[in-house]
Amino acid sequence: MRLPSSRRCCLPVLVAAGMFLLFLWTHSARGEGGEPRYFAIINARIVTVAGPPIEKGTVVIARGLIQAVGTSVAIPPEAWVIDGAGLTVYPGLIDAGTDLGLPKPEGTDEAARADRPRPGAPPAGEIASGPQDRPATTPWRVAADEIKTSDKRIAAWRNAGFTTTLSLPAGGIFPGQGSVLNLAGERAGDFVVKPDAALPVSLKGLGGFFSFPGSLMGTVAYVRQVYDDARWFAQAEPISEANPGKSERLPYDRTERVINGTLERKEIVLLSANNSVEILRALRLAAEWKVPAVLFGGQEGYDVAGAIATSKIAVLVNLKWPERAKDADPEAEQTLRELRFRDRASSTPAALAKAGAKFAFYSGGLAAPKDIFKSVRKAMEAGLAPEAALRAFTMDAAEILGVSERLGTIEPGKIANVVVADGDIFNEKAKVKDVFIDGRWFEIHEEAPPDKPAEKKPERVEEAATVDGEVSR
Amino acid sequence: MRRAIASAIFLAFALAPCPARGQSSNVLFIQNATILTITHGNIEHGSILIRDGKIAAVGTDLKAPEGATVIDAAGEFVMPGIIDCHSHIAVDGNVNEGAPAVSSMVNIADVLNPDSRNIYLDLAGGVTTANILHGSANPIGGQTVVIKLRWGKPASALPFEGAVPGIKFALGENPKHSNFGPPPGTPPRYPATRLGVEEVIRQAFTEAREYKKEWDDYNQRKSAGEQNLIPPRRDEKLEPLVEVLAGKRYVHAHCYRADEILMLLRVAQEFGFKVRTLQHVLEGYKVADEIAASGAGGSTFSDWWAYKMEAFDAIPYNAALMQERGVVVSINSDDPEEARHLNQEAAKSIEFSGLSPNDALKLITLNPAIQLGIDKRAGSIDVGKDADLAIYDLDPLSVYAVVQKTLIDGQVYFDRQRDIAQRPELEKEKQALLDKEKKAAEEEKKPEEKPGKNEEKKPGEKKRPPKNGDAQENLEGAGR
Repeated sequence: MRLPSSRRCCLPVLVAAGMFLLFLWTHSARGEGGEPRYFAIINARIVTVAGPPIEKGTVVIARGLIQAVGTSVAIPPEAWVIDGAGLTVYPGLIDAGTDLGLPKPEGTDEAARADRPRPGAPPAGEIASGPQDRPATTPWRVAADEIKTSDKRIAAWRNAGFTTTLSLPAGGIFPGQGSVLNLAGERAGDFVVKPDAALPVSLKGLGGFFSFPGSLMGTVAYVRQVYDDARWFAQAEPISEANPGKSERLPYDRTERVINGTLERKEIVLLSANNSVEILRALRLAAEWKVPAVLFGGQEGYDVAGAIATSKIAVLVNLKWPERAKDADPEAEQTLRELRFRDRASSTPAALAKAGAKFAFYSGGLAAPKDIFKSVRKAMEAGLAPEAALRAFTMDAAEILGVSERLGTIEPGKIANVVVADGDIFNEKAKVKDVFIDGRWFEIHEEAPPDKPAEKKPERVEEAATVDGEVSR
Repeated sequence: MRRAIASAIFLAFALAPCPARGQSSNVLFIQNATILTITHGNIEHGSILIRDGKIAAVGTDLKAPEGATVIDAAGEFVMPGIIDCHSHIAVDGNVNEGAPAVSSMVNIADVLNPDSRNIYLDLAGGVTTANILHGSANPIGGQTVVIKLRWGKPASALPFEGAVPGIKFALGENPKHSNFGPPPGTPPRYPATRLGVEEVIRQAFTEAREYKKEWDDYNQRKSAGEQNLIPPRRDEKLEPLVEVLAGKRYVHAHCYRADEILMLLRVAQEFGFKVRTLQHVLEGYKVADEIAASGAGGSTFSDWWAYKMEAFDAIPYNAALMQERGVVVSINSDDPEEARHLNQEAAKSIEFSGLSPNDALKLITLNPAIQLGIDKRAGSIDVGKDADLAIYDLDPLSVYAVVQKTLIDGQVYFDRQRDIAQRPELEKEKQALLDKEKKAAEEEKKPEEKPGKNEEKKPGEKKRPPKNGDAQENLEGAGR
């Protein structure tokens, strides 16, 4: 963990400030390991997302929450004050679909694949002959239970301004439930904002011929049967419990119990759908299955934005825009359809915004945060307004994921997930200076050249202020 | 040169055209054509008036109403749009759900792909309607759907309105997996014999009967006021079979040999359902009387045979022989390429069996319409029917005939001249997109200024900001 521990945080201060600060430290250390929990970012431009930006204001963070925001805000005396002159404060960004913090799904490594007799063939002992065998179904897995805090991307994402992810288990038709995670904590449990946030459902054929379901229509039929069964369970179980002597006991089926739970919680269902055909199919199935669906992928949404908006179903847009496979045969014929798709995919967010459909973004396998920002800039070049882009990363993402009471804006009472940047966060040259997650402070530094001392914090504010004039707003 | 043409044609397929562009009026008038009505002879120098997608009038003494869009078909032949009774086009993913012996839970209608270029290819062959079937890997396969080839429309606009949904059955070598096996380590699937295929069908319908009874009992007891009843589970596999038993879903059965054909007809009789069509039915000529008596239609190939053991007794006279004994017969494609020249496939019956030209055309128009239960709306050029038409430059039974236009619901979905005309434009668009990508890739390659990596400070490097005052009282909540 790279949280500032009391020792790390306070030693240099002790050296610098002597006994008086030691006195302070012992006080602020009560029950908190000495970690500061009160902050005030002053003189900063504050993009609250909840309302218009505050050109010069203060954000007060207290014990993990945003305590106050505005132009004339009382600063708690124990707060650490960060001079935000020339800096811009944003709500923490949300990556609404990633495997960040999760172990790789089993069976994806080469060794496991080599065991299979032939591509597409299911591993021995996993042949399903129908829906009753519950193939590729593990909805009881919850991402929150599988967090790997050692994932190096956690720090990389955080340093770039991402404070929150929807981390999704992968593999199969019902891989498990995705959890909303804050990207900081001592232990795995500290990360979890909402463990049962989303149920991904892969509407893809599993391939192969000898295990159910191999075809796409098999997957669709299977998911339909699972929802039938879950709803049957909801009806049958209470009757059975109340009248034990009246009918045969119900067979135990973990899948229908868990799926019924997701229905009762109104947990969002992520239906994978990237091209226009898949999107329209998913909209139809969502209506038929009566599930609180969210589209996952959505890259050809530019073609069917109107239908998406009419359905009131939100979209998580994959920011890994389509590109030609790196190892594609250079001689191979490329269809106009794929060329158009590659050309226009990045116009999807603008089209969705124009049509009035709600959407958020996910990194979709992009390797680094800089690629995420690059993708968003591409969407902006294709017409997406910067305000809409920011909303998609913050407030709208929080609303879609059902955590808008806690996340997504800079408002009193929200979790103090806050990003301080030296300019427009989408600008290529902008640098993230500070990140707060659950009110815990992460100071972000550029890697110092080896010959220069790293201690240049005092100049930082002034430096940023001069840079600020050049940063386009 | 050939490559350029091929690529241009390929481009055309990639295009989602705007059907009936500029066709603002809902009245269309086709004039000066030879009209092959199928039901009431051929009309020379005839006209067809189309209003709101339906055929409003057919004859020689019609005049184009004011404001009508006129298609002058001088020297050309208009026939009903071709109906392909056995097709696997426009399906996303595998057309077989191969693992279960009974895969009736899957439905082709769930996975229609309106962007499939085969739709456009078929349109270019004069096909307007196709029966999209599940594959033949299972004794009882998936649910099927009849579609109109409305290229450019979404999947929801493809199904033929009011057409009875179907289900695929399959007999013989394919459902018993005779010609391919599972990978090593995977147990072979039951059934492995024709006896087993019959048993699977019998078992499935026995279950379907019980399932229906279970629901009937439940509904009866519930409506009698009984409390605390646990409802039966909904079974996506058995529901379509209950529909078959109720006559609400057509059975389209893939079959080859006479013995298995008789087997299925007996099983159907025993369980009280009808087989709507026997598909392929290559030995149908051996049991044509029994097929005719059962009321099943026969949808066969013109002249494919000997591609596997069970196809050795196929003969090119099959269609005509079955027809002679009173079976409603159609010629199908089972293949997107074959579907593009079903007119020629039908014409082969003239050559082989001396069928009349009109009877030959019936094999791909009215007869498949009857088999699919859509003959009130398709299959001939009659007043009141859908204006689903194919316009050829020559008699469609000629090998030289080429489709000029294909209309569905009175809208032009394929127009050869328009297709050819737009090829340069599409080629240009394609080149522009390729150039744009190339340029973007080159810009990417240019050395970028590398911004320093953002990284958290190491412990000990951290510096505290100054603290505001020294008061220690808890001000939590202040400033709200």
